[in-house]
Amino acid sequence: MGDLFTTFNVVGALGITLLLTLFSALGALVIGTLVAIMRVSPVAFLNTVGAAFVNIVRNTPLTLIIVFCNIGFITNLGLSVSTDIARNNLVWAIVGLSIYHAAFVCESLRSGVNTVPTGQAEAARSIGLTFGQSLGAVLLPQAFRGAITPLGNTLIALTKNTTVATAIGVAEISGLMKEMIEFRSDLLIPIFLLVAFYFVLLTLPIGLVTTHLSTKLAVKR
Amino acid sequence: MPQESTDPSTHAAVPEGDEPPLAAQSVFEPMVVMTGVNKHFGPLHVLRDIDLTIGRGEVVVVLGPSGSGKSTLCRAINRLETFETGTITVDGQALPEEGKALAQLRSDVGMVFQSFNLFAHKTILDNITLGPIKVRRKSKAEAEAKARELLDRVGVGEQANKFPAQLSGGQQQRVAIARSLAMEPKVMLFDEPTSALDPEMVNEVLDVMTELARSGMTMVVVTHEMGFARRAANRVVFMAEGEIVEVATPEEFFTHPKSTRAKDFLSKILTH
Ligand SMILES: Nc1ncnc2c1ncn2[C@@H]1O[C@H](COP(=O)(O)OP(=O)(O)O)[C@@H](O)[C@H]1O
Ligand SMILES: [Mg+2]
Repeated sequence: MGDLFTTFNVVGALGITLLLTLFSALGALVIGTLVAIMRVSPVAFLNTVGAAFVNIVRNTPLTLIIVFCNIGFITNLGLSVSTDIARNNLVWAIVGLSIYHAAFVCESLRSGVNTVPTGQAEAARSIGLTFGQSLGAVLLPQAFRGAITPLGNTLIALTKNTTVATAIGVAEISGLMKEMIEFRSDLLIPIFLLVAFYFVLLTLPIGLVTTHLSTKLAVKR
Repeated sequence: MPQESTDPSTHAAVPEGDEPPLAAQSVFEPMVVMTGVNKHFGPLHVLRDIDLTIGRGEVVVVLGPSGSGKSTLCRAINRLETFETGTITVDGQALPEEGKALAQLRSDVGMVFQSFNLFAHKTILDNITLGPIKVRRKSKAEAEAKARELLDRVGVGEQANKFPAQLSGGQQQRVAIARSLAMEPKVMLFDEPTSALDPEMVNEVLDVMTELARSGMTMVVVTHEMGFARRAANRVVFMAEGEIVEVATPEEFFTHPKSTRAKDFLSKILTH
């Protein structure tokens, strides 16, 4: 089985999967937070835009979003971020994954916002904080703490969803798995277990850590 | 009793020759002026043509049956509730509709809620310094020194590093008062500050409020605590069904209520 590692760039593919996960998680967190702010803001127009984003993105298959990012942006709009095709694909995969999971981050955060009693925002406003200040100092810190569990679930889903990036030729581990199975069908079971184990290795700690954090950081009322 | 220097002539509701108010006002200067304020919640007319002027340093207790609009009146003063017609000014300034100007004005109007509403994820000290640092742009050191002084004043100096949930209701409410005071407000609104408290904690909060009244703070207090009203209030405002029905000194209101609705109300709350 050791020759798998010499024949195929297994370590490289594992690395790409990790890279996709980390950068997409970061992107999803940033975009998702912004959309959540739009959805809780007092400006009706922003509410509508936020709600439209969530409903469109959440209900579109991830593969379509990633393929769209790739074809739409690179081929039609010529938005190449690099001359290296593999790198281009990787970046657009991260963008697609970020956008898709931002919708779920937004909804997780909104469920977190719902754990914050209205009195908290009223108290913030009554000491003279502006909307932005109340959001930053009172509402969001409490909302994040109340959203740790759903945010963790979103991160776990995102980790596994990185496999969709193979649709635009990103050399992540599930793509490599297909290739390895094709050439080494004698090692089908070990290959499968290797990949499955890797995902468990990535996702299991997320679940454990978020469960721990959600009790540790819970806002006592 | 000699005629006090308070001149309530602009102010039909204050009868002459009564007990001197705790915070002696030499001149009646309007601090909060509500004129023709109306508000609906859907079909419900919760504030009906409210005209009320509260003087600088004056303590006004608002009484009335549940649902009569007392909270809404309080919340309209710092625009936690909007209203449709009429004007409200605080220290001569009309309430701005939105945005930064409104936030600025709110920082001058303290509010103490029935449910305390301390920021649950922040320590007691951070609860108090948040406003001074973010709104008044004070340094952390300055804000903390002032906060500790205020916590001592309301008797919870020992609790500075705890979180709100670790304090009793009475302690939390005193912290909430300190949090408002840290902004050095021109007027403070209290919406049933002792209603959520266990009976044995009511007095520790009322004592802080009485001390505040004596120090000359302008206060609007929704409460059914007769003792506090008699001790600290200059005037009692009685509301029913969104209207101000009666305005009188506490003594006069509790002993000789004029309207039948006030009599009715008093007979209900005095029986227990
Ligand atoms: N946000 C709201 N939406 C609809 N009706 C409300 C709202 N807040 C208060 N009300 C109604 O307005 C009336 C006055 O409420 P409130 O000012 O809280 O009275 P009080 O404080 O005197 O008990 C009540 O009938 C109440 O049910
Ligand atoms: Mg009320």
